[in-house]
Parts: sequence; C-alpha cells; structure tokens
Amino acid sequence: MQLIPCPWCGPREETEFHYGGQAHVAYPQDPAALSDDDWAKFVFFRANPSGPLPERWTHSAGCRRWFNAVRDTRTHDLLAVYRLDEPRPVIP
Amino acid sequence: MTRLPGRGVVDRTAPLKFTFDGRELTGFRGDTLASALLANGVHQVATSIKYGRPRGILAAGVEDATALVQIEAPFPEPMLSATTVELYDGLVARGLPGQGKLAAEPDPARYDAKHVHCDVLVVGAGPAGLAAAAGASGRVLLVDDQPEPSGEIPDGVGFLSRTTAFGVYDDGFVLALERRGENAAPERISRQRVWRIRAKRIVLATGAHERPVVFPDNDRPGIMLAGAARTYLNRYGVLAGQRAVVFTTNDSAYAAAFDLADAGARIAVIADARDTVSARLGEAAAARGIEIRTGHGVVGTAGGDRITSAVVAELGATQGDRFACDLLLVSGGWNPAVHLFSQARGTLRYAPELGAYVPDGDLQAVRVVGSAAGEGLPEAKVLWQVPAAESEVDTRFVDLQRDATVSDVLRATGAGLRSLEHVKRYTTIGTAHDQGKTSGLLAAGITADALGRDLAGQRPTTFRPPYTSVSFAALAGRNRGDLHDPVRVTALHPWHVEHGAEFENVGQWKRPWYYPRPGEDREAAVLRECRAARTGVALMDGSTLGKIDVQGPDAAAFLDLLYTNLMSSLTLGRIRYGVMCGVDGMVIDDGTVIRVAEDRFLVTTTTGNAAMVLEWMEEWLQTEWPHLRVFATSVTEHWATIPLVGPRSRAVLAKAAPGLDVSNDAFGFMTWQDAEVAGIDARVCRISFSGELAYELNVPSWHGITLWEALLAAGAEDGITPYGTETMHVLRAEKGYPIIGQETDATVTPQDLGMSWAVSKKKPDFLGKRSFTRAENLRPDRKQLVGLLPQDPAVLLPEGSQLIETDHVPEPPVRMLGHVTSSYRSAALGRTFALALVRSGRERVGQTLYVPVGDAVVPVTVTESVLFDKEGTRRDG
Repeated sequence: MQLIPCPWCGPREETEFHYGGQAHVAYPQDPAALSDDDWAKFVFFRANPSGPLPERWTHSAGCRRWFNAVRDTRTHDLLAVYRLDEPRPVIP
Repeated sequence: MTRLPGRGVVDRTAPLKFTFDGRELTGFRGDTLASALLANGVHQVATSIKYGRPRGILAAGVEDATALVQIEAPFPEPMLSATTVELYDGLVARGLPGQGKLAAEPDPARYDAKHVHCDVLVVGAGPAGLAAAAGASGRVLLVDDQPEPSGEIPDGVGFLSRTTAFGVYDDGFVLALERRGENAAPERISRQRVWRIRAKRIVLATGAHERPVVFPDNDRPGIMLAGAARTYLNRYGVLAGQRAVVFTTNDSAYAAAFDLADAGARIAVIADARDTVSARLGEAAAARGIEIRTGHGVVGTAGGDRITSAVVAELGATQGDRFACDLLLVSGGWNPAVHLFSQARGTLRYAPELGAYVPDGDLQAVRVVGSAAGEGLPEAKVLWQVPAAESEVDTRFVDLQRDATVSDVLRATGAGLRSLEHVKRYTTIGTAHDQGKTSGLLAAGITADALGRDLAGQRPTTFRPPYTSVSFAALAGRNRGDLHDPVRVTALHPWHVEHGAEFENVGQWKRPWYYPRPGEDREAAVLRECRAARTGVALMDGSTLGKIDVQGPDAAAFLDLLYTNLMSSLTLGRIRYGVMCGVDGMVIDDGTVIRVAEDRFLVTTTTGNAAMVLEWMEEWLQTEWPHLRVFATSVTEHWATIPLVGPRSRAVLAKAAPGLDVSNDAFGFMTWQDAEVAGIDARVCRISFSGELAYELNVPSWHGITLWEALLAAGAEDGITPYGTETMHVLRAEKGYPIIGQETDATVTPQDLGMSWAVSKKKPDFLGKRSFTRAENLRPDRKQLVGLLPQDPAVLLPEGSQLIETDHVPEPPVRMLGHVTSSYRSAALGRTFALALVRSGRERVGQTLYVPVGDAVVPVTVTESVLFDKEGTRRDG
C-alpha cells in the first residue's frame, strides 16, 4: 500500500485519500460564453499521459484537505506534492 | 518402523493423537501433519483432481503440490498442505481430491491484525537471514515461517516465528501471517494474526525450492524431492522409505542419498542425468555400495498407493532396468524463492547454470541474500523432462495439483500460444493452491523447448501475492459480524426495537422499515400506516436525514452556486426545497434549506448522500472558491428529527406545544419557527414529504425520546401511528416525489424529473446550468419521470422492470423504453402504482405500454408522476 505525503499530515496510507482527477482544470470564468464543444471539453475531457500528471487529491480520512500531486502514471511514484495555492512545480 | 530413534528435533516426550481419513494415529510435538503421516507409513494423502490418481507428499514445505488436506477439527479449514500444518493433539484431517469445501459452521476462532514499523525487515531465519539481521541496524524485525529459527536470534532483533511474509507491496509495506497456535483458547488469543509491517528496508532471505523433473508416472506416492526426504529424516527423524531410487541432475541429491543410506535405507541406484560425477561423490557412493549411473534418468514407475519400482534408462532411451523401490528421490535443481522480490517489482534474470530465475540486482529498498539470490546453489544440468515413449494416456505431470501434463503444454503451444502467461491460463499450470512453486519453471522450460526458444529471452510469469494461501478469516480479522461495518442508530433506536420494528439498512443506518402488529405482514402493516398518515396522524423517525450547517458571510452566495434554485433570496424563517447537480447537469441530491440567520443556513440531504454532499461542498470551497468565507459542518447526529404527518397533525402539535400558534395563517407552509414542544426547545418546520399537512420537529438528539413519547401521548386519542421508511416511500411516491438514487442514477436532469420549476432562470451560473443547454440534454426522447398504473390494479410491478411498446416481447433486439423505479400498493388509491423513467415519458401520458414480468407481459397506463391530490389541497389540512 502506497504512502501518500499529505502536505499537512505527512506520509499516510493511500486508503486515507480520495482521488480528485486532473489538477489545474479551472472552472470556466463564464460557462455561458462557451460553445457546447468547449464546455464539453471542460466537463468530460481530461489528459491521460503515460508519465507525469498533476492531480488533485484529498486526505478524506485525515485532515480532509485538498492538495495537488504530480504522479507518474507509469510507476505511481508521486514526484511532487504541493498545496492548491502553489504553482505546479517543475519536474526535472 | 519409519521413525528412527535419536534423530530429528521432534519432542518424543510429547506424543500427539490425531485422526487422518478416519484412522487414529500418533505423532510428536514438532511434527507437521506430513511428517507424522510418513512416520506412520502413510504415503498416499489424497487423490488428484482430474484423474483421481493417488498422490503423496512431494515436499517438506510450502512448495508441496500434492498433500492437500482438509482440516475438520478443531478449526475447520479447507485446502491446506499437510506439509505446512503443524501437528497438534486432537487434529482431525482428511485428504482432498483437489478441492475442499468450506465449513458449514462458523469458525469459532479469533483472528486479528497488528501494525508494526521497522527500519529493517528480514524475511527468513536461515543462515543468510540471521546474518543479515545481525548486521542490520535500527529497529530490526525478523520473520520466519518455521517454528524455530536455524540459529540464535541476534540481540535486539525482534523475531516472529511461524510467520509467513506473503505479500510485498509499495513503500516497504509487507503483510505476514502469524500462526499463533491451535490449542489457544479461542476467547483469549487469536488463532492467526496478520502483521501489517511497514519497513524502510527489506532483506529477503527466503531460500530456494527444489524442483522435480518430469517423467512418465512421476506422480505416485513415494516420489519425493530429495531435499524433502533429507528434511524428514534429519528434522523429524522419519525415514521415508526402506529402498530408494535417486534421480538427480545435480550434486545436492547425493547428500540426501547418503544421509538415508547412513540411516539404514538401501539406495538401489542413483540415476544422474549428467555425464560425469565428481570423484568425491563417486568415492562416497562407492564406500556405501551405491551404484551411480551417469547419463541416466527415470523413464517410468509402477505402483498403486505407493511406488513399487522405477525404470532407469539412458537419457534418450525408453527402455531400461527396473529397480524395486518404495521411495523415489528426485532433484532437478533449485529455484531461488524470488516470489517476494518479484512482487516488489524486482526484475529477474535466467541463470543457465542453475536452470532458474534469479534476482537481477537489488532494488533500492529490497535486498536479496543467500539461496534466494542464487548464492551457494548447486549447478545443475538443465533437464525439464525425460524424453519418453509416446503413450495413449500422458502421465508426464507438470502440475501435479492441476493434473496438467506435458501434452497439455504442447497443446497450448500447438494452438499458437507463445507467452508463458497465456500457456499458464490455457493449461491452468501454476494456478492451484501451491501457485506453481514446483511446476511453474518446468512449464516455462517445456514451453521454451517446444518453441525452440531460450529461457533467457522469456519473461517468467508474474508472481503475485499471496505467496502462500491465506484464509479469508485471517484477512477479515476482527472486522466481521458486528464489527464488519459501523452501524449507525438514531437516538430513538431503542424505542423502535422495543416496539417490534422491522429494520432496513440505509447505508450504515438502521432505519425502522415498518412496525408490524401481531399477525400483520409487511403489506398489511404498510397499508395501515399509510392510511393513518392520510386520514389521521402518524409520525416517523427522520433523524437520519443528512444535516449540514453552512455558515459564513458568503454562505448565501455559496448555496446559490451549489443549488439549481435561488437560495440567497430565502428570508429568515422560510424554507426552500432545492436540487443539486453535478457540472454535467445531472441531479446528485435534493433537500430543504432553511435560513437560520443572515449568514447561516441549515441544509438537509438524502440520508445516504450526507457524507457525499459535505465532501462536495468542501471540494468546491477548497479548490475553486477558496475566496468564499464559508464553513460547512455535519450536524446530522445533533438533531433528532420527527415528521408529524396527517390531517390531525395540527391538533396533535397544538396539544404538545400549547404556546405555538399552529393556525395556517400564523404558521404557513414552508416556514419554520422555534417553539417549546413538550417542554423542549424545538425547531418546527412546516414541510411535507407526503403531501399531507405535516410538521417536522427537530430537537437536540438527547431530547429525541422525550419528544417522541410526548407526541405519542398527545396523539393517543387520534390513534397516532408510528410509521417506517416503507410507508414514507409509498406516501412520497403517490405524490410523485423522487428519491435521489432510486428515481435517479446520475443520468437524470431536474428537467427529466419534471422539476424545471426548481431551476433558476435568474442566476447567471450555478453548477450544472451550462450543461442543461447541451444538445444531449435537450433531446425530446430523454427518459422522463412518469407514473404507471397497471391495468390490473392488483398487479405489483417489480422495481427495475423494463418497459416496451408491444403487448408481446418481440424478437431481439428489443427496444427498451425505460424502467420502473418505484412500485407500491397504495391505500389511498386502492390499487398498485409505480413510478418510471420512460423515453419521452410526458408525451406518452395516457398511452398503454407493456412491462414483461417473467413470462407475462403486463399492460400499464402512463400517467403524470403525481397520482394523489394533484391540486395539493391536503397540505394545509
């Protein structure tokens, strides 16, 4: 069972967490101004890379706070964990 | 006499009685079931799964493939290997024909789990493991599956014996099973314990397993791995046979042959597949009068419940000399036990000198030492099978447990399978309880030979946890029975139990389902409860309703974004029903919202959705709208909630709350007031989930029972009736009120439910709004909520039934128009009715559709979803 380093609680077992999908997908400023296609892209379409992917996680059975993590989808390694108000770190 | 005096480490002062296949036998403390059986001259343990052939004891440890037994007492357990069952007094077991059966009785033993963290975990207390533990620093834990370690445990090292590490997972997480004792009083100590170990570093000293060689009739009882016979002799003092033939491809079998010879057995011949044998071994054999035939192998055996002879021939020849024997020792070389290393995603490399896969370098946190790393293992001539004459029935068994033969492998490769994973699935080799510890590599080798390939270029099949079988009881630990899942009960629960309520599970909640009177079944009780609510007065326990306190300066703005309707315009003292959607426009929950203060709301949710809605709020507050100053707190358990329902509810409330003006003018629909009810400060809301005049009374939960009993007393002369969730469902369905999760399934919009009135046209945006105008959501043939009246008013449609257009089921594909979401008998309507989601449902009102139910096709009339009191005249009493 993987350890996930919660930015507030430190490393905790993965069963304490819930996955929240791709990070940095902002809710559109003015949904009404979007075409059906653009809105559908926001609602339904997400990146699916083989490699690093920024994701949202929540420590639902712990501090209940959300944070972002960059995970390598090939290895599940968490390359970086950062708070929501921090920019996506550059992964070397 | 097969138990030799003075040999082995079993405790001869502690005889143990046990029963096998109905025979009463005796062994000693320190025996396994297998060693005790051999000591009693029992070689046949089981019969094989497919061909019913007699099978014996192949090995002395977890790698054994044949000695499958079922434990009957003291703790019933199916499918164990006799080689891993420690003998204890009173054990009752029997051999299995490949499959066991689960006990009908509950297992009375206790199982538990423990967590431990360490710097270094060493798996295996053989010489390599002990050395690794001695050299490790920090908190060191050593586990070993045997009762005793091979030597002294180094100072400061934690040690668990009888503990099998069976799974290695991410980040140094290891699961191990400790067998704590069969004689332990079950109420005091656990029988088995799962250790959940988190280690910074792991050292695997898991040793190696001897592998057999495949030849015709290689499955008879008395055919045993050479090292196993040596173990039975030296650890248990059991001489497994009097006259043995030895067949080997390496030096290690000679040690077994010599030990057995020195203990009094006759070694008829050693057939060595190699062309030459070292002078040292040759001389040692000669000194004991043992004949060695190099370049030879075993090409056949005879026997029934035990081997009686073996045919030794030059490799390549199919005829040879027959030697009488009661034991045939086989050694095809040694396979490092790389299972845990492979589970940790270590890569393996084929070592041709061993004929086996070995770790290809250590992992960052996982090191392999000793035999498990291939160190010190004897070089072997690689020989997977002995060339044999064609025969009608193939008895060259590759997987003895699965009864899978060389022919089965060749059939797989002949069918075009190339990958070992495919061959494994096609032949089932390696999928039995032993997980192919002795057969996997043989199958790989025979496959590679058949395809003209080299094992160096083949990937072995993936090793997955568990390394050895683990019972579900052990994995469940204490989380069974009452501890399986939390049970949530309301403050009124004891009253419900006392008054004979039948309960329904709603998530983790126990909710009263109905309250049967003597002689009543569910149907009768529910009809009575419904009548009471529609004609008199009734009350229920609604405390499980999710309740969330939402407060902060931006609370109103927040709820406007969350709900489809406008909440910020809600004035103090008023209540509004609201619907919540996902960004895709599909309904996720509904409930009422009351405004408690300018900056404070109390939101209710569906019972089963309370946690989801709170998380939904948190998600948006934390991730998208952190600028909103809002706190959301669950207060579900703080309140006991009691709906008081029916035409007489006003009179009953007036009696219980003399200070409250309950008139319609002073206390209108969808308003709330704080009032003293039965001497308790209560919040009274005039809302209705039944269409009747109704009040919902909320008090702090510790006052719940006082209020409940006061209402029962106040309503006694009106025949006040407690009702359960089933009646609640019927009442709401008669009014066409949907239950989120029953009428909806994440593909249903508010418009589909006929709730456009709850969708704000004023608000510039809210979650889901933009999706409502997607083309898909504007289709006229979307499924819409409607009512259904079976044309025979006595027919109750099963929920989930499909709707079709024709009065018979046409040839497939049948066009489904939708399905029944709720279906009940109605006291108020005097008939059955249903709610359904139906394509273009609202256009179909008045039409006849059909519902296939079993062999019948039931005609139904489509109606509007509201079936009772369409005008809503009853809600004001």
